[in-house]
Amino acid sequence: MGLDTKPLSTLHDKSSYDLEDFEVPTGREENWRFTPLSRLKGLHKGTAGPVGDTGGHVVVHVDAAPEVTVETVGRDDPRLGKSFAPTDRVSAQAWTSFEKATVITVPREAVASKPTVVTLTGSGDGAAYGHLLVKVEPMAEAVLVLEHLGSAVYADNVEFVVGDGATLKVVSLQDWADDAVHVSQHHARLGRDATFRSFVVTLGGDLVRLSPSVSYTGPGADAELLGVYFADAGQHLEHRLLVDHTHPRCRSNVDYRGALQGQDAHAVWIGDVIIRVEAEGTDTYELNRNLILTDGARADSVPNLEILTGEVAGAGHASASGRLDDEHLFYLQARGIPYEEARRLVVRGFLGQLIERIEVPELRERVFAEVEAELSK
Amino acid sequence: MSTLEIRDLHVAVEDKEILRGVNLTVKAGQTHAIMGPNGSGKSTLAYAIAGHPKYTITGGQVLLDGEDLLEMSVDERARAGLFLAMQYPVEVPGVSVSNFLRSAVTAVRGEAPKLREFAKDLKAGMEALAIDPSFAQRNLNEGFSGGEKKRHEILQLELLKPKIAVLDETDSGLDVDALRVVSEGINRFRAKGDTGVLLITHYTRILRYVKPDFVHVFAGGRIVEEGGPELAEKLEAEGYAAYVKEVA
Repeated sequence: MGLDTKPLSTLHDKSSYDLEDFEVPTGREENWRFTPLSRLKGLHKGTAGPVGDTGGHVVVHVDAAPEVTVETVGRDDPRLGKSFAPTDRVSAQAWTSFEKATVITVPREAVASKPTVVTLTGSGDGAAYGHLLVKVEPMAEAVLVLEHLGSAVYADNVEFVVGDGATLKVVSLQDWADDAVHVSQHHARLGRDATFRSFVVTLGGDLVRLSPSVSYTGPGADAELLGVYFADAGQHLEHRLLVDHTHPRCRSNVDYRGALQGQDAHAVWIGDVIIRVEAEGTDTYELNRNLILTDGARADSVPNLEILTGEVAGAGHASASGRLDDEHLFYLQARGIPYEEARRLVVRGFLGQLIERIEVPELRERVFAEVEAELSK
Repeated sequence: MSTLEIRDLHVAVEDKEILRGVNLTVKAGQTHAIMGPNGSGKSTLAYAIAGHPKYTITGGQVLLDGEDLLEMSVDERARAGLFLAMQYPVEVPGVSVSNFLRSAVTAVRGEAPKLREFAKDLKAGMEALAIDPSFAQRNLNEGFSGGEKKRHEILQLELLKPKIAVLDETDSGLDVDALRVVSEGINRFRAKGDTGVLLITHYTRILRYVKPDFVHVFAGGRIVEEGGPELAEKLEAEGYAAYVKEVA
């Protein structure tokens, strides 16, 4: 389990389970240059506060579908860490430091009759580390909700292992308290003809850096990664996506949208897609759009597409960040709708086109309500 | 009875003067047609009255029942009873037609309409304009054809019941069938009697369906000739050449 130095790609150059293989970032590195390290509370350099009873903790509660098994296991469980290896220092720190992991298994061909809801609630000073493995065995189907609440300095790795022909739909809601710091790796490994739907909603927290990544172990798999975020004054919300196409005829679609308002509201979106030589017939598209509602807010958006084969079915990316469209507001106001309400309608519409695609109806309504609440601030 | 009074209106876009002293009074029960060549400033008049931020008022007044419209925000003007049917209605992603219409009706009436009543009015309004019921769930103007956009503008006109309606080239880009449907909508609105219409058009065609009481010829940023419906017939026969030359 040593350092893998084989240059995987310029977009994905190093992975290891060993913390020592990653230098403490200085902020000059490509993958850290947007993150305000001073606000990470030491997660990136091993100085984060104490763990456990005297320090921070994140309580994991699982309300599972009856078809699904849930286990709490120790570090030595052989199933952990098989689908991925950490690719940055904080992910490696979390891998090295977690004490208990949660393993959720959807048995072969089982169809979960309701969403499985994992609630992670942070409390206390100091840091906490976590690990979650979600295993969807071949031909099984499940919906999973991850809900992050409370106050925490939290680093974790989440593995989604989706078997051949299986379907996993995940909604991850970062609804932390204002002072929370969360650095998270979400890795999905997809089997042949697997379907993976990820919907990320990031609203709360002082600093959230979430890195969803996807790898494939067979042809024909389909990944859709959607996300919405709403950054308020002072918030840093960062999403770093990596889809690594290594098998033929797989599909990936990335669409993240954010709204920003207030002084020093900062959103970062990095969308990396690699299409390897062997990944012929890949169909991929990535899109990020930001709506900047006030002065003083800033969105960084960087799509990267690395194509190493000549045989793609489709590959594209787009990124657009801008202010509210005066023409939209004029049209609505010309029908008597006051400015503030017109603005709410436009922003709600902009994010709503994605929110409508959240698979869990109650959650969809909740996210709409929370976006409305953000807009009323 | 409502009255829109435009007095010596001067309007500039990016320091370029477009309107050079427009005087016009539209009373409830009247229909005024403004006709003129491209670039004469007809649309500028419409958007300036409605308060589009691109246009700067450099002089004059616009009064609706004695209230100074130019002192009001765009939405205040609409709530005061002004309506502008746009030549190019914008697409607003993610905002459904029904949500938009309900918000607009609520804003203009000052209270939310009863849901059943609103649904009934909407259904009747859409039927009268041959708008497919599925439009209510679609995003505002998104993917609408030119004709669908214009019919949707007239639907709003009928639901919002303004005191004064400014229709900016509502007829452009319509085929004969769509023009008839749209004209019938305007005529239903006019038949209420207590509303005034300012119809801006390049062509005389729509005036066969929507008969004006007054025709004004617009050129070089002002009204250069006024008359009754017979003036439209003269324009039909002779075109705008005489007026364009006169200004140049």
